[in-house]
Amino acid sequence: MIIKQLSVFLENRAGRLTELTGILEENDINISAFSIADTADFGILRMIAGKPDLAEKVLKEKGFAVKMTDVICLIVPHKPGGLHKSLQILSDNGISIDYMYAFATSDDRATVVIRTDETKRAIDVLQMHKLEMLQSGDVYQM
Amino acid sequence: MIWNEYHECMERGLLVTLQGQRLRDMVERIYFNVPFYRNKLQEMGIEPGDIRSIDDLKKLPFTTKQDLRDNYPFGLFAVPQQDVVRFHASSGTTGKSTVVGYTHNDIMMWSEVVARSITMAGITKNDIVQVAYGYGLFTGGLGLHYGAEKVGASVIPISGGNTKKQLQLLEDFGSTAIACTPSYAAYLGEALVEEKIDPSKIKLKAGIFGAEPWTEEMRTEIQHMLGIKAFDIYGLSEVIGPGVSMECSCQKGMHVFEDHFIPEIIDPETCKVLPYGSLGELVFTTVTKEALPLLRYRTRDLTRLHADQCECGRTLVRMEKCVGRSDDMLIIRGVNVFPSQVESVLLEMSETRPHYLLVVDRENNLDTLEIQVEVEDQFFSDEVKELEGLRKRIQSNLASTLGLHAAVRLVEPGTIERSMGKAQRVVDKRKLT
Repeated sequence: MIIKQLSVFLENRAGRLTELTGILEENDINISAFSIADTADFGILRMIAGKPDLAEKVLKEKGFAVKMTDVICLIVPHKPGGLHKSLQILSDNGISIDYMYAFATSDDRATVVIRTDETKRAIDVLQMHKLEMLQSGDVYQM
Repeated sequence: MIWNEYHECMERGLLVTLQGQRLRDMVERIYFNVPFYRNKLQEMGIEPGDIRSIDDLKKLPFTTKQDLRDNYPFGLFAVPQQDVVRFHASSGTTGKSTVVGYTHNDIMMWSEVVARSITMAGITKNDIVQVAYGYGLFTGGLGLHYGAEKVGASVIPISGGNTKKQLQLLEDFGSTAIACTPSYAAYLGEALVEEKIDPSKIKLKAGIFGAEPWTEEMRTEIQHMLGIKAFDIYGLSEVIGPGVSMECSCQKGMHVFEDHFIPEIIDPETCKVLPYGSLGELVFTTVTKEALPLLRYRTRDLTRLHADQCECGRTLVRMEKCVGRSDDMLIIRGVNVFPSQVESVLLEMSETRPHYLLVVDRENNLDTLEIQVEVEDQFFSDEVKELEGLRKRIQSNLASTLGLHAAVRLVEPGTIERSMGKAQRVVDKRKLT
């Protein structure tokens, strides 16, 4: 249930993101989901990639600051209130979310990537409420 | 106009005799009162009696900023503390200040050399002098203040900053002279335009600018913006403060007040004394100072000395504007900054490594300092608030060590160039020489 997310520190300069995607392409690594958090000077790229260990290795070799973080990929029905229900459950259980981002995987359902300080407890709570999450095997192959 | 014609226009032969007498007295004083110097002289087999004239100066040992640091705070003082009436301090290489002390006579001597300096700028008791140098541990404010009072001018001790107030007093009090850093003078000039102040209401005629390097282009610009004649003053707290040398109205270099400060130019590598006209490191011996007399103090400033007589009538040698440093010190908004200070801050913090670059620039005539710090893998957090927090912590630690605001920018690991051996730590885009 725990998914390995890769975070990469990126300076705001032209062509930097292209360099990174180029390295992943050369190593035949697919990106399933990503988001960028940015400030005036730098950005943090967060992504779910196939072969996360390889991705971490090749990026570090190329001089990027890379960090592996545990996240959850929660599947929510692609309809009004779909996301709300899951978030309500986490909130009711006192689990706070550091950040999250979404990616649509098919017509009838969407997936949200959630980062919290309490990954294990969040998984337990979500499972208890019979909410679906992606397995690591699924997500890296998307 | 000359404040002290006797000493400023002294026949060279007489001046050299006077310097010799004062040097002999000084060596005797430090031999008996400063253990550091006594040990050094004894090691070299020199006794006070061996020093008879100025020709013997080259036999004497040098003093460096490191010596001041090693003897922090008062170890090199030649008088007991009850004779010290004032302290000043400037930043040192690793965050520890360089402390200087003054006796009552030292303050009188300092006022005298500053009085000579401001007289060179044509300032008399009929003038209103706005002292916009910082007052405090920095020598600029109080140094100019005492000298301006000595000539009998009306002094406005406004200190640095607070630009609106500066402009208001320029207009309301009718200040005729201003003393500050050249970059602040240029900033004031721009502020005048921005605030739409009628130039005819500004009565300024002269400006005394120093404490940081500036160019002839800046001089032209400041003179034009403020409608003044701009004069260059030189000094460093170790020697006395501002007033070690000053430009006369001929503006062909700064006259060194040699009856108090004996200048030499040396090769910074071999330490050999170089003849007049050669470029080298400026060294001063303070022959009259009581509290902190320094023997052959290495300023690290690179310049030339010229001995041919000036049209103004003064016989004192002139030094050119400094063209650089023989160490890595930077002067940013009048504050001395050593790259090693930045390094020590980064080393003290557990989340950073000392991979950094100082980028100095000048925007709207004010110096800016940006410090780039590499984000290391092991300290990289994937949360913006953590990285922003780190950036702000580095920024505030640097501000308290440097005494200067520096913007911190986090950069990717490995992006700061590592050259063979010594890394390039500074990019200075100000184009001052």
